[in-house]
This record gives sequence, C-alpha cells and structure tokens, in this order.
Amino acid sequence: MLAKGLRHAASLVGILFSVSLITFLLMNLAPGDPALAILGETATPESIAALRDSLGLDLPLWHRYLSWLGGVLQGDLGHSFRANESVAGAILQRFPVTLELLIGAQVVALGLAIPAGIYTAYRARSAADKASLAISLSFVSPPPFLIGIVLVYVFALQFGMLPATGYTPLGESIVGNLRTMALPVLTLALFEFPVYMRLLRSDMVRTLQQNFISLARAIGLPPWRILLGHALRPSSFSLITVVGINMGRLIGGAVIVEVLFGLPGIGDLLVNGIYQREYLIVQGVVLFVGVFFVLINIVVDLLYGLLDPRVRLDAARR
Amino acid sequence: MTLPAAETAAMRPSVGRFRLPSLAMSLPAAWIVLALAVSLAAPLLPLPDPFRQALLRTLQPPSWAHWLGTDSLGRDVLARSILGLRVSLLVGVGSVAFGLAVGGALGLVSGYFRSRVDLWISAAMTVILSFPPLVLAIAIVSYAGPSLVLVIVTLGILFVPSFARIARANTLSLADREFVLAARAMGMRNGRILAQEILPNLAAPLIAYSMLMVAVAVIAEASLSFLGLSVPPPEPTLGGMIATERANLLDAPWAVFGPAAVLFLTVLSLNVLGDQVQRRLDRREAAL
Repeated sequence: MLAKGLRHAASLVGILFSVSLITFLLMNLAPGDPALAILGETATPESIAALRDSLGLDLPLWHRYLSWLGGVLQGDLGHSFRANESVAGAILQRFPVTLELLIGAQVVALGLAIPAGIYTAYRARSAADKASLAISLSFVSPPPFLIGIVLVYVFALQFGMLPATGYTPLGESIVGNLRTMALPVLTLALFEFPVYMRLLRSDMVRTLQQNFISLARAIGLPPWRILLGHALRPSSFSLITVVGINMGRLIGGAVIVEVLFGLPGIGDLLVNGIYQREYLIVQGVVLFVGVFFVLINIVVDLLYGLLDPRVRLDAARR
Repeated sequence: MTLPAAETAAMRPSVGRFRLPSLAMSLPAAWIVLALAVSLAAPLLPLPDPFRQALLRTLQPPSWAHWLGTDSLGRDVLARSILGLRVSLLVGVGSVAFGLAVGGALGLVSGYFRSRVDLWISAAMTVILSFPPLVLAIAIVSYAGPSLVLVIVTLGILFVPSFARIARANTLSLADREFVLAARAMGMRNGRILAQEILPNLAAPLIAYSMLMVAVAVIAEASLSFLGLSVPPPEPTLGGMIATERANLLDAPWAVFGPAAVLFLTVLSLNVLGDQVQRRLDRREAAL
C-alpha cells in the first residue's frame, strides 16, 4: 500500500515537472526575442540588452529553466510590465471568478442532468427519451460560444432580462453577482448537461435490469423510492468520473465564455495577455491551469476509489 | 470548446443508443457532401466577392443579391461563410489526418513491442494530456503566431494521444491472435507483420473514430478563430466572423447567425454520421 502510494506520488511529481518544462519551453523556443516582445517595438537596443540581462536570457537554456522553476516553487511567476503587478497576484485575484463559473456550471448541469437522466432511463425508449437524444446531439454540437450568443440574443437583447456582459463581484452585491453570472454559467452548463444526462441514463437502464431492482419492485416499493434510493448510487460512478475529467474541457470552455461575457477570470487574463504580448502572464496562466488540471484529476481518482467499493477492493487485491 | 479528446470519445456511443430513422442519416450525409462540394468549388460559384467592401450597403438584411445579408463592412455573408467553412473543413480533416498518422503509428509500435517503447510513448502521451486541450492549443498558437499550417499541426498534436490509445489497445489484443502467431512462425519480419497483418485490422476502429474527431476539430478551430487565434484576417473564418459581427447582434442577427448555422449544421452532421458509423462497427464486432 505504501509502495503504491509512493509510486503514485512519484508519477505526480514527474507529471508536474513535465508540465512546467513544456510551459517553459513553449515560451523560450518560440520565435522572436522575448525582451523585444515585452518592451514593444519602440524599445532602444540598450533597454533590450538591460532587460535580456535581468531576465537572464543570455544564459544557457537549462540554467534559465532551473532558475525559473526555483522562482515558481516560491510562488514567483514573474512581474507583468504593463500592468505593473506580479503575475501570481493577478492570477490569484482573478481565479475566484473562474472557479465560481466552473462550479456553477457543474452544479447547474448536474441539476438538469440528474432528473432528466433518471426520467429517461425510467421511461426508456419512450418519445421523451428519443427527444432527449435529439436535444443532446444538438447541444453537444455547437461550440460553447454559440450557445452563449443565442442566450445573449434571447435573454439580454430581446427581453432585456439579464445583462449581456460585465461582472459584479460577489462581495459587492449577491443578486448583482448572480445576474451577471447567470448567462455564462448557463452557457457552460447547457454545453455539458447532455453528456451527463445520456451517461446517467445508459448506466441507469443497465442498473434497472438487475435482480435487486426486481426484488424492490416485487416488494412493492414505489418507483421514486426504487429510482432514488436503490438505483441512483450504483448508476452514478461513470457520471462522477466524467464530471471530474470534464473540469479540463470546462476550463477551455471557460476561457471562451469569459471572453464572450467580459468576465474578469483567468481565461480573460490569458487571452488579454496574448493580445498584449504579455508573455509572462500567458506562461503563468498556462502553468497554473496545467497544475490545477493535474491536481483535479488526482482528486477525482482518489474520490472514485472512495465511492465505489469495487475499485477499492480491486486496488487492495493488486 | 473544447478539445475533448479522449473523454468525448469514451462517451459518444452513449449519447445515442437508438437507431435513428434513415432520414436522420441521409440529411447529415447530404449536408456534408454539399459542404465539401461548395467549399471545393468556392472560387467557381457565382457568388459576390467575399472581400469587396461596400460601405454604403452595410448590415443589409438577406435579399436576392445577398442570401444571408451583408456584414458590418458590406461584405456578402454567404460568400464569406463558405470560405470560412473551407478553412474549418481543411483544419478538421488536416488535423485529424495528422493525429491519425502519428497517433496510429505510435500506438501500433507501442502495442506491438510493449516494454520500454510502450513506457516512453505512454509517458509522452500523459504529458500532452496533462494540459486542458484548448488551453494548450491557445498557448502554442499564440507563441508561434497563428497560421493555417500551425493550427492544423497544433490540433493534430492534441489528437495524437487518443488515436494512439485506440491503436495501442487494438494492437495489444491483435498481437496475440493466431494469425499473427502464424505469420511470425512463417518467419515474417516485424515490419511486415505490422503493415500487412495488424494495420488492416486497425483501420476500421480508427476511421470511425476519425469522423467524430473531425467534428471536435471543427469546434476547436471555431473556438480559436473566435479568439482571433486561427488563420489571420482578411481570410474569413466562421469563428472570426461571429466574433466580429457580435457587436451588431441586435441590428443584424443574420451576420452572426448565418455563419453560426453553417458551423452548427456541419458539426451536427459529422456527429450524427460518426455516431452511426461507430454503432454499426460495434455491432459488427459483437457479431464476430
């Protein structure tokens, strides 16, 4: 057990190192002079030389990587020249917005998918079930920004019920915050919910064919008690895994949704960093998101073992 | 968007469990054929010049002269959508071909030789998978500067792990089958066994998966171009058109919803077709 834990920890460290290495190489092997990119076209040769010197750009690559990594391990991702703030500070300041978006989207998606999945499994092959398949294919097909634009067109422009862009911090006004987050959260949730619904449905259809369900039915339990009390838990393991794995897909979606709705999250920071050629910000966000993603996957792995006794037994036997 | 490489693949079959009526099969197929034909023949079609600006005729509603209206610079939306569709399909097919070739080869080698080779290839795949795909694509494209070839290669790299995984899993089980053993006993070299015995059996699952991945690639390209990180203007892209005309959404919804509809129908058709092909393949395999 201990050996297995150590092996897992070692591979985690290995993955985190390679994430940092790739992030570093992406920026440092890219064509062009980073110093020139940071200072802009109007820079004088002297200021470029000075910046190259202070960034250590004339040192060998491995040397630069190690000193950069040393800084990263102490929480130093560099300094943004234009905004004049630390990159780590900018990321941490904006991360809560992204996190609220991600969690809200998952909650709304599951809130829609669980009842719909249970119902379509219970009434499998009915008209409602077939309609839900058509609906899921049409929500999975457009990229998230298309769903967002349709929502903006209907709810913000036609009916004027919700703001189309902008952000109100949670600390300022809870209602205002919910109003500005409603459309972005719904956009991402609508993009995710069909996948969850069909996944839960297909697992649940299988569960409902098992003997213990027939037994419960024979005892005369009402359908809702069988569905919620007996069938839901054994049907939800693949759903849980996918909800976890999807965090990565959602981070990508969140970048687009933040740009579309003007939310000041880390996706917006990343894209603006690209537009303004703030390479250190781009590098910092990519590293942060990569590490966040790796950690989420580890947590999902562990949770899965906790929830499903079969996985736990399997692991112990090995 | 999202580049859901492995995870969508794993769940796609469960998105649709029923046989759709055959109309639902022929309509998407017709759309894809139309899309391919129109984007190949775009220069020959009697369409208005997609680049000519007409500042007196901006944001015109759909009419006989401009079937999908004009955009904020007075350019024809239909002609631009067709050019954008061409970029989408080029990126979709190109990046999947790249992923299929590289990933398929890696998976084949890794599943056949196992041991050391397998370990190294798997490690490399884990590294690619340890970034959220769209974020990695954004990072690569933004550092190296957006261009058609770069977008194709970047998305192709992101597809490599999932193709490699499928090829590897299938090769692992094929390598132990009798016909491979027989070929080896006859003194066939590894290279020939791979090319003549194993590869033909890999083609079907890889090609079925490719169709679904083209849909994913088209969505990914649209997301990149929405952020202005795909083929640079004035070359139109579907995502880029939507992003630019978004400001006039209320006055000229056609300039946004025209390219949006083209994008949506294309991805939907690819998904429905890919789903069907995959399901047929599953049935055939179950029958074997």
